Amino acid sequence: MTDLIEVIQNKFPDLVESSHSQCGDQTVVLKKEGLLTVMKYVQHEPSLHFNMLMDLTAVDYWAQLRKPRFDVVYHLYSTTKNHRLRIKVQVSEKECEVDSLTSFWPSANWFEREVWDMFGVKFKGHPNMKRILMYEEFKGHPLRKDYMYNKRQPLVGPVN
Amino acid sequence: MSEYSKLDVTQETIDAETEGMTINMGPAHPAMHGVVRLIMNLDGERIRKVDVEIGYLHRAFEKSAEQAGYLQVIPYTDRLNYVSPLINNFGYASAVEKLMGIETTERCQFIRVIMSEISRVSDHLTCVGASAMELGAFTAFLYLMKAREYLYELVEEVTGARLTISYVRIGGVKADFPEGFKGRALNAIKEVRKVLKETNQLLTRNRIFMDRLEGIGLISQEDAIAHGITGPFLRSTGCDFDLRKASPYWVYDRIDFDVPVGSRGDNYDRYLVRLEEMEQSMRIIEKAFALMKEGSIRVDAQGKEIPASLMVDEAKMGNTKGFWQFEPQVDPTLEGTAKKNQKAIYPDVEDKKEFMLPAKENTYGNIEGLMNHFKLIMIGHGTSPPKGEVYFPVEGGNGELGFYVVSDGTDRPYRVRVHPPCFPIMSALPKMLEGDMVADVIATFGSVNMIAGELDR
Amino acid sequence: MELTAPQKENIQKIEHSNLFTPGFFSSKVSEVVGWARKNSIFQFPMVTACCGMEYMSVACSHYDIDRFGAGFPRFSPRQSDVLFVVGTISHKMAPVMKRIYEQMTEPKWVVAFGVCTCTGGFYDNYATVQGIDTIIPVDVYIPGCPPRPETVIDGLIKLQEKIEHSGFESRPGK
Repeated sequence: MTDLIEVIQNKFPDLVESSHSQCGDQTVVLKKEGLLTVMKYVQHEPSLHFNMLMDLTAVDYWAQLRKPRFDVVYHLYSTTKNHRLRIKVQVSEKECEVDSLTSFWPSANWFEREVWDMFGVKFKGHPNMKRILMYEEFKGHPLRKDYMYNKRQPLVGPVN
Repeated sequence: MSEYSKLDVTQETIDAETEGMTINMGPAHPAMHGVVRLIMNLDGERIRKVDVEIGYLHRAFEKSAEQAGYLQVIPYTDRLNYVSPLINNFGYASAVEKLMGIETTERCQFIRVIMSEISRVSDHLTCVGASAMELGAFTAFLYLMKAREYLYELVEEVTGARLTISYVRIGGVKADFPEGFKGRALNAIKEVRKVLKETNQLLTRNRIFMDRLEGIGLISQEDAIAHGITGPFLRSTGCDFDLRKASPYWVYDRIDFDVPVGSRGDNYDRYLVRLEEMEQSMRIIEKAFALMKEGSIRVDAQGKEIPASLMVDEAKMGNTKGFWQFEPQVDPTLEGTAKKNQKAIYPDVEDKKEFMLPAKENTYGNIEGLMNHFKLIMIGHGTSPPKGEVYFPVEGGNGELGFYVVSDGTDRPYRVRVHPPCFPIMSALPKMLEGDMVADVIATFGSVNMIAGELDR
Repeated sequence: MELTAPQKENIQKIEHSNLFTPGFFSSKVSEVVGWARKNSIFQFPMVTACCGMEYMSVACSHYDIDRFGAGFPRFSPRQSDVLFVVGTISHKMAPVMKRIYEQMTEPKWVVAFGVCTCTGGFYDNYATVQGIDTIIPVDVYIPGCPPRPETVIDGLIKLQEKIEHSGFESRPGK
């Protein structure tokens, strides 16, 4: 297995915040402003060739009192090289916005909408930033740790 | 032109701009099995633009999983992809096992492979059957459901339930195969093969069926990869990505099977790929049965095998050799006297905290099993995986089914995220539908095999 | 062939009974209607979730609810008598279900299929309706997660009994 962390760290020493490897999963934590640069590189660099954005999600560290509060997590996969990489970006509650990756991978479109819906993290440059799983009238973002899991909201009437 | 002029239609009228018509399909449309809503803009019968709206079955899996302990998440995973619940089960358990750094026993892994493949066959049977029914082939649907029933009977025999099985335990499975299961499973496979042969004769070269599917719902390999599509859907476009081959988990690397690949990426290819995958799955089951050996099916939190006899009360087994030296005394702290003496009585028993739930016979049959069970189930007492995060993908019925588990060191998962294989496919649905006819929506949507439970979670 | 004595007696009995003689039998129209209705249930399966898999099993050859006259699902609420709510109803789906119920013509019955529709099941969270009877009236509850086909058939028979005895109105108070 190639050490992907090293490759990225050597290429972008200023943009990488930290990195770790656990259970064979390699993770690179990036600075927010470096996301697009690194993603463009890993997608097009022939030795990495991450042509698939497998998964995009977020984790809310509110319960651990961590600041910045959110992690946006990207799971990348390369069908040709058959390797995986996890890239994380930390987002604070005040500036809850990350650059959108829709222009790199179309799969980011729905995943980013889901993260907005569930966590309230916005994506800069997303063409259609609206709720996907919940209905428009829903208030709040249910997967945030400060949203009570059984806090129900009043039912809305038929919508057209 | 001559007919038009009779009707007093001029060339201008023919060339005139037409106004699109917006049509809503779903969320309770019969062909939208599961619940999804398509808002289509039509030009005549051609689809100009599609908006897909999902979320009608959002049941808060990920939020519920944060409230429960690691073991209590298992029943929720059944209901993600309810057509192949066993694969979800095993995927989740494997993710937690990877986080804990333990590996299950060989027999357990064979059981997981066999049950996964049974599930995959029933998944594809449902998909092919339902999409054929929506195109009017009701007989094929009845045949395939008959075949699925044989498999459900097998699943029921092993797990005790037909659909929502909760069969897995972290570090093993709930129970071993019952006696004589192998023979019955192989018989069932034989029956399923018979049904598949019949269906093959009914559908595969059927003129109507082919006309409805061929060249419809096209997607290129580049688009599919860019949209993050995996599974049979991606394989129909010619890419041979299959997690069982690409990064073999469990014992898939010891079993020989082929990965069917399509060439055009249309509905017909997807149908053929699914048919062939069922055949390969059955091949895997047969091979796995041949390779399987007797052994333990569970490991403890250190990854060591738990022999079946360990849970039995040792005193009741006549193992009382150290007892006579110890005077029972009343403990003012009510801690119990036996606790500190235990080491002296059984010097060879380690003070280990188990992760596996005891077998049901022990839970109901003796006090030790019951206490063990109770301790593990109570929030705040169960074993906790180390801090960290892990992503473990398995090949689900629709593609890569990944579980991303974040642990904060307590006995409840901090976050459980599922990568649902349907989700990227549904996001690519507008791409496949635009330019086709309205009637093709049914054919294409059927081949997607959308499972709302896993799509909306 | 010579008939035995008991056989002859039977034939005499039948001949003397009023079965073949012109006569009448008394019944109420409502009973006849109820009998006819219970054996021709046109159902609208509103399949949303996991229970749909068991619904498929019940409807297909192994368990075959056609035996109870309910084998023909109608996929338009306007043409059906019984609404089968099969699977979890989320807050997003609830208005849709209510509209489907309102589109059905009287008399109509509702079956809550699966524990999610009965009480919300183990989905006690922000997204799930805690039992569809908070939104529409329910006639028969079929619990189970999902209910086994046998349970469904049992529920269907219960519904038939209810239909048989409900006369012209499915919901008399309404």
